Amino acid sequence: MRFKYVLNEVVVGLWRNVTMTIAMIITMAVSLTLLGASLLLYKQVERMQDVYSQDLSTILFFRVGDTPETKYATEQQKQAIEAALRADQTGPNPLVETFQFETKEEAHQNLAVLFSSTPDLARLTPTEDMPESYRVRLTDPNRFDEFEAKYQRFVSDEGGLEFILDQRRLLQKVFNVLGSLQNLGFIIAIVQGVAALMLVINTIQVAAYSKRREVAVMKLVGASNWFIQAPFVLEAVAAGLIGAIIAYLTLVLAKIYIFDGALASLSQVITEIPWTNVHLMFPVLAFAGALVSSITGWIALRFYIKV
Amino acid sequence: MVLAPLTWRVDFPPVIALEHVTKTYPKAQRPSLSDVSVSIDKGEFVFFIGPSGSGKSTIIKLLLREIQPTKGKVVVNGRDVGSMRSWRIPHFRRSIGCVFQDFRLLPNRTAYENVAFALEVIGKTQAVARRVVPEVLELVGLGGKEHRYPQELSGGEQQRVAVARAFVNRPLILLADEPTGNLDPDTSIEIMRLLDRINRTGTTVVMVTHDSNIVNQMRRRVVEIEAGKIVRDQPRGVYG
Repeated sequence: MRFKYVLNEVVVGLWRNVTMTIAMIITMAVSLTLLGASLLLYKQVERMQDVYSQDLSTILFFRVGDTPETKYATEQQKQAIEAALRADQTGPNPLVETFQFETKEEAHQNLAVLFSSTPDLARLTPTEDMPESYRVRLTDPNRFDEFEAKYQRFVSDEGGLEFILDQRRLLQKVFNVLGSLQNLGFIIAIVQGVAALMLVINTIQVAAYSKRREVAVMKLVGASNWFIQAPFVLEAVAAGLIGAIIAYLTLVLAKIYIFDGALASLSQVITEIPWTNVHLMFPVLAFAGALVSSITGWIALRFYIKV
Repeated sequence: MVLAPLTWRVDFPPVIALEHVTKTYPKAQRPSLSDVSVSIDKGEFVFFIGPSGSGKSTIIKLLLREIQPTKGKVVVNGRDVGSMRSWRIPHFRRSIGCVFQDFRLLPNRTAYENVAFALEVIGKTQAVARRVVPEVLELVGLGGKEHRYPQELSGGEQQRVAVARAFVNRPLILLADEPTGNLDPDTSIEIMRLLDRINRTGTTVVMVTHDSNIVNQMRRRVVEIEAGKIVRDQPRGVYG
């Protein structure tokens, strides 16, 4: 009977103040959606970093001599660079882990694979125009600066290198953008969360006022504190849970219609968001919504209902 | 009217004891109660009388542990109420019934529901309520009016519902703070008969009033308070 009573009080309480309840649920849902999105993004950036860092290397591009002012790299120059790379592979603190020569033909094949959707591009690009390169994997990717300083001397007419490219550094810019998006989402989630908490406090206040007679009688006849407070706190928790469900559904819809729908063509760049991660957000958001609203509700009650 | 058996006093500890109780409200010029000692035995019927502001209602609040004494001890049922931990208060209050001048009924509940509410919120089942509530409504003389709402009842009937609610849990003590304050003389007498009947079941009744007619008719123990001090305490007393 106690359970039935409390449940009934919660439903009546939420309905009595229905506009405020809806406002609270919407704010809670927006806040939790953003929280979920920023958590997903965080996971995603981690995942992308894992996926890409396996394939990423530092590339030394040789000159191709496509204009009169530039020259092709000579065999001698290539050998000098290979000797330098080999030297850096040995020693007490080797800088280079492995390196691999990529011929014009291999480069052309890679181009064909990379732009498989537009085969004309590879067909119209002559193999001779492709640069030769060394694909270098460093023992520690963070030592790129050291590597660059050392090999900068080859980037000249005499050295034969066109430029040195760090793929990691290139991708880092993408990650930075994603990281700031994530931070932005997180900040908005917090601001919305604060607004949701204010609404929780207000709802508790209104509920406590409209039930002041009941509360007075309950205190008089000796109802236990938890019994007096439970309906109020559960009201807030119910709103938090409904907000979490809406937030979860929003994320599911975002995955279906935005990431797997409109942005599907970008799946080569943005790795797919796995369903397990999306589903994982439900317990996380439900827990966050319920916990935050119950604690806020319980603290608010201390001010509005003196026992 | 039958006098409460005073011979118990030797064998049983008092059910209510105020020992040198002083209560000064914050910012108050003088204490509401000043060094008050009074002892009430089980089954007694006691009037606290005195002019407005004399400190009568402060005693009710102390007994309910709505407030704590500034000095001295308030003992109810052998328990020191003043030093009671706050989480014990709800359970303690279940042994005390309380009636007020303004009835304090819930307007959106029927007479039956008002009384049942008091049981349900302390964890009694609806089955218990269905058995006990009609019984107590019958006792207070409201048989047949269970499903009326407070606004459909007269003042005296509303106070009967309040008495039923206070008594339904069979408390050891019934506190009544000016229970006839809003009622006409005839209705007041009826309520007093009801309180007397409850007293005869062994329930200690403490009533705060300044209704001299009632005090004179009942001829019970009278404790008179003036400016926070007990000026008279006599068995079978009258109003000043």
